[in-house]
Amino acid sequence: MDAGLLLDLYRQMALCRRFEEAAAKAYSQGKIHGFLHLYIGQEAVAVGAISAAEPTDYIVATYREHAHYLARTGDARAAMAELYGRATGASGGRGGSMHLFDAGKRFLGGWAIVGGHVPIAAGVAFASKYREEKDVTLCFFGDGTANMGSFHEGLALAGLWKLPVVFICENNQYAMGTPLYRTMSVPDVAVRARGYPMEFEIVNGDDVLEMRDATRRAVERARRTSQPFFLEAKTYRFRGHSMADPAKYRSKDEVQKWMERDPIQVLGKRIQTLGIANAEQLRALDDEAKAQAADAVEFAEQSPLPAPETVMEHVYA
Amino acid sequence: MPEPRVITFREALREAMVEEMERDSSIFLMGEEVGHYQGAYKVSEGMLARFEEKRVIDTPIAETGFAGVGIGAAMVGLRPIIEFMTWNFSLTAYDQLVNNAAKLRYMSNGQFKLPIVFRGPGGAAHALAAQHSQALESLYAHVPGLKVVMPATPADAKGLLKASIRDDNPVVFIESEVMYALKGEVPAGEHVVPLGVADVKRPGRDVTLVTWAKMVHTSLKAAEELARDGIEAEVLDLRTIRPLDGDAIVDSVRRTGRCLVVQEGWPFAGVASEVIALVVREAFDQLDAPPERVTSFDVPMPYATNLEALVLPSPDRVVTAVRQLLGLEEAPARPAVAGGAR
Repeated sequence: MDAGLLLDLYRQMALCRRFEEAAAKAYSQGKIHGFLHLYIGQEAVAVGAISAAEPTDYIVATYREHAHYLARTGDARAAMAELYGRATGASGGRGGSMHLFDAGKRFLGGWAIVGGHVPIAAGVAFASKYREEKDVTLCFFGDGTANMGSFHEGLALAGLWKLPVVFICENNQYAMGTPLYRTMSVPDVAVRARGYPMEFEIVNGDDVLEMRDATRRAVERARRTSQPFFLEAKTYRFRGHSMADPAKYRSKDEVQKWMERDPIQVLGKRIQTLGIANAEQLRALDDEAKAQAADAVEFAEQSPLPAPETVMEHVYA
Repeated sequence: MPEPRVITFREALREAMVEEMERDSSIFLMGEEVGHYQGAYKVSEGMLARFEEKRVIDTPIAETGFAGVGIGAAMVGLRPIIEFMTWNFSLTAYDQLVNNAAKLRYMSNGQFKLPIVFRGPGGAAHALAAQHSQALESLYAHVPGLKVVMPATPADAKGLLKASIRDDNPVVFIESEVMYALKGEVPAGEHVVPLGVADVKRPGRDVTLVTWAKMVHTSLKAAEELARDGIEAEVLDLRTIRPLDGDAIVDSVRRTGRCLVVQEGWPFAGVASEVIALVVREAFDQLDAPPERVTSFDVPMPYATNLEALVLPSPDRVVTAVRQLLGLEEAPARPAVAGGAR
């Protein structure tokens, strides 16, 4: 087991967690506006999957994408400044929490109409194939997306044209505030990939190593064969759909049961069992993550607002 | 100087695509029946043989899917031409055009260009009924981030399509089924008509007919008839709805003192309203009559051909509206608006 890798995954997940806790605090203080969708509890999916891809592989994600952005770019300052709506943000304050972009690092959003980005991800993969480049596209979305027509059209075209895209369904059990069993006729989203046709695998999305390994297989397969692949990661959203949602539709028992699978705790225990680091050393990593989140908040708060005279810029190229 | 030749509107569009695709390998054509079927309206006839399946790509009936694929491909540097068999079908992909294509550049703070053309026929053809007869340019022109282009002649079809393909923004390019066979002189080779520049299709001193696409021909017919009575109508073809050539509109109306907008689509919150708002603001002092518009009736398109003819703007309706603007006939009561608005 690669000790450095495990510690790095732990550090990355801790950063996602502490970043979002800091964002939630700033939101409750009225410093961040609009919608804020937290990923807390699901960190292993984004961190594990993105760690398995090459930095040149494309990432296309949803409005719950802070962790994906951090896993790809590591830039907590740009992310937090964007949540604050500042000129130094990832999207210059024009996008906000739901629309993080980094073209240079091939982080292609940040899309906030459920399902709409699935065909876009297929299109990015189409471009790779058209240009005979070996890059793979990773497309993240939730279980709620699997009922949208755009999801099915995107998968249908990826299957038809054999596009090198890995669809990663983050099944956090809830489509906004409605549980999966009320919104879907099948318990596993992944079976829907069958008809396109697409190989699939269902993994424990709270185990960052399992997530990483499965993604690596899927990405390498997509790269080698130019075939799409469907991964379903079973996970759980510890918080509500957004900051506006107290998530009263879930029992304490249910939440408690899932929190025992907290991906950061799971990895922490494994690191200790393997003797890679002790509790104190892990706490130090966590403290670093807290410090990085605090630094990001400070950076955001000191950053300028977007200049009013730029409001009309970038509508057209 | 390139040699003018007479070709059809359809051939002019094809020529633009073929020439651009030969120039730039990042351009491809994708849509329903564009390849093996040779195009539902034969616009892409022969292109598959020329460019093979890699660049002339047949799709399933999945507008959201292939519009989105085009957007994704454009995000990372390709230059797709996405054909909608008709613009009516684009409504199933409206999310892709309005939420994604139009917004990407702005919400990413200018990190991406989106060089993509969505094209196909729009508006009424003949007895296609309510779901296949819609002139939707007002819907798309409403959205910042999109450009909306509507040629009226074969030469403009070629030149504007070439400009649209070379543009780094998403372009809504609306053609017309009933104009595909229209013939006209078109320069061979390089012929690019810049977006955002209107064109006087017939000069006149008494009234400005502001119009575009198929209605240019309706307006030209009306202008001929008016000329028999000594009324000289100027026909200003917008060619591009967005960006709108406001200067050309205002300059013309200031000269003629009268403005009639001739629009195929519905009246409510349409392009004509926008043109009239501009005219009122910037040519108010030169107006000899309130600006007026001739549009479709405020109704879904009926199938029966007699009703369809009634609903669509005709040269007769344009002639009558001009005579009313000139005070030669009494102005009518406010046209009926569906839904009981008063």
